[in-house]
Order: sequence, then C-alpha cells, then structure tokens
Amino acid sequence: MTAPAAAAHPIAHPVVHHYTSTGLDSRKIAIWAFIGSECMLFVSLISTYLIYKGRSRVGPFPHEAWVDPVTGRHLHAILNIPVTSMSTFTLLMSSLFMVLALAAVQNKALPKNTRGERILGSSKLWLWATAIAGTTFLGFQAFEFTSFVHEGLSIRTNLFGSSFFTLTGFHGAHVTAGVIWLLTLLSIDYKRGLGPKDALKVDIAALYWHFVDVVWIAIFTLVYLIK
Amino acid sequence: MEHDTTYADAPAEISHDPAEHVEHHPQWSTYWKVALILGIITAVEVWMYYSPAIVASRGFVPGLLVLSALKFAIVVMFYMHLKYDHKLFRALFTGPLFIAASLLIALMFLFGHLAAKL
Repeated sequence: MTAPAAAAHPIAHPVVHHYTSTGLDSRKIAIWAFIGSECMLFVSLISTYLIYKGRSRVGPFPHEAWVDPVTGRHLHAILNIPVTSMSTFTLLMSSLFMVLALAAVQNKALPKNTRGERILGSSKLWLWATAIAGTTFLGFQAFEFTSFVHEGLSIRTNLFGSSFFTLTGFHGAHVTAGVIWLLTLLSIDYKRGLGPKDALKVDIAALYWHFVDVVWIAIFTLVYLIK
Repeated sequence: MEHDTTYADAPAEISHDPAEHVEHHPQWSTYWKVALILGIITAVEVWMYYSPAIVASRGFVPGLLVLSALKFAIVVMFYMHLKYDHKLFRALFTGPLFIAASLLIALMFLFGHLAAKL
C-alpha cells in the first residue's frame, strides 16, 4: 500500500510489507509451512489409527456387531455412515462458501450490477455460510461422540476408541479454531469492511479451512468407509 | 477448466507491485462445478460402501482410496489454488505430504495390516 493510499484509509496503519527475497509474502509462506507441518501431525494420528485398526480385544467395533461376553449386551457396528456422510457433505460445501468469500473480498471494488453479482460479491454472506457450515459439522461431531459414549465407546474402552477419539477430536479442535478465525474475519468485515487489501488475510484463513477439509476427506475414507 | 480474466481475477492485494507475481484464480462457475464434482464423488463413495458386491470385491479399498485422493487433489488444486500458485508453495505442501505419506506406508508395512505381506 502506498503512503497516500494508507492515509486515505479509515484506519491508517504504518506501511508494512512482509515480502521476502522470493518476492512472496512471508505470511503466505508461513501458512503453507504450517500446513505442511500439520500434514505430518495428521498423518501420525491416522497412522496410529490404522495400525491399531482391528486389534481391539473388546467392542464396540466400528463395522462389526459384538456381544459383550460378561453382560450379554448386544452392540451393533458403531459408526453411523449416513450421519457422517451428511457432515462430510456439509464440510465440503463449507469449502465452496469459503472460496466464494475470498473471491467476494478480492472483487469488492468491482461494480456489481446484477442481483447475482451482489449475492456473489457479499463477503459477509459467504463468511457466515462457512462459519455456519463449520458449526454444523461440529454439531454432527458432538452428536456422534455423545451417541458413541451412550453406546459404550469412550476414549478408554479399547484401542479403536482411543485412536478414533484422538484423531477425530484433533480434527474437531482444528475446525473449532477455523470457526473462531472466521468469526474474527466477520467482525472485521462488520467493523470496517473487508476489501481487496485484506484479501491475503482471508486467503490465509481460507487455506487453513481448506486444509481442515482435505484432512476430513482422508479421515472419512480411511476411518469410516474402509471396513 | 476455463479461467476468467475479467472479474474474478483481480489481484489478491492491490498493494502489490504490478511487476510482482499475479495470482490467477478460477472463476465462480469453476468453484460451483468443483463443488458438484466433490459432491458426486462423495455420493459414489457412500454408494460403494452400501453395495455388498463392491465391498466384497478386491477393488473396494483401492477404489475408495483413488476417489479420496481425487477429492483431495481437486480441493488442493482448485480451492487452495495450488495449481495456480507459486511453485514454492507447492513444494512447501507436497514435500511434507510426500514424507508423511511415505512414513504412513512404511509404518503400515512394519506394524499394520501390510506387515503380513513382507
């Protein structure tokens, strides 16, 4: 931002550039490095789940029914694929909303003549949609965790419970952080409006959000669908 | 997929020097098409899960893994814009991902269900 442009802005900040010798913004390099390290974290958690898969001595099990030999209680396969499919679809759609929010911020300065362009150009609408979709996903996860506990599966029950709750719990914590991040962007948008100069801030949040989405894509297949 | 160069391709930051790297992002219709493809792939995955004949076949697990990898790649390329972004970002993501995936495969051969194949 040039000095006159900064002065013209309602909240004038000192001119701060974050460019490195590569010509790239250091904040964007940082988020990609962070995402790379997060890949390592989630692969370690997924590896743990896969190594322990099928090695639990007592149920409940993810895909098979089980009868408790002590109590005689019949426990059905615990994973609820229809519910998880809906939550997966919700998270996938949240990625669409996020990318539309970024496009709306980048194109804020451009004229919007039609109703469709005004809807597509509303960063608040798409940020809200993303945050609501993320919160809905968390609601599905809370429902799933609660129902598992009621059916006798906790983090201490067996190897499946330990590795499952750790993996999906870490992912849920990341989604929660993402929703908080989105709400802070929304508060900025309401306070002074997000414009093209803020596109990088939204882009970084979007990268984090999409990463959380791709992690769930892997978890959905490896944990829920592969028997 | 086509790219809009008129509306959705505004520079990410107007403060950038024009001589600097300019990001080329897909247009809105591309994002909707990508979402549709992701939804269809997810539906196919769930359909495979509920099809006993497919579950019993040898192609079930590889098929799910391929579809999952496809969804992963689509989101990374189009929504995370890695297809259009600087190669340094690509390296920062694919490098650790490659190491992590190699580690996962090695661990599966050492301790997981693939250990029996050694």
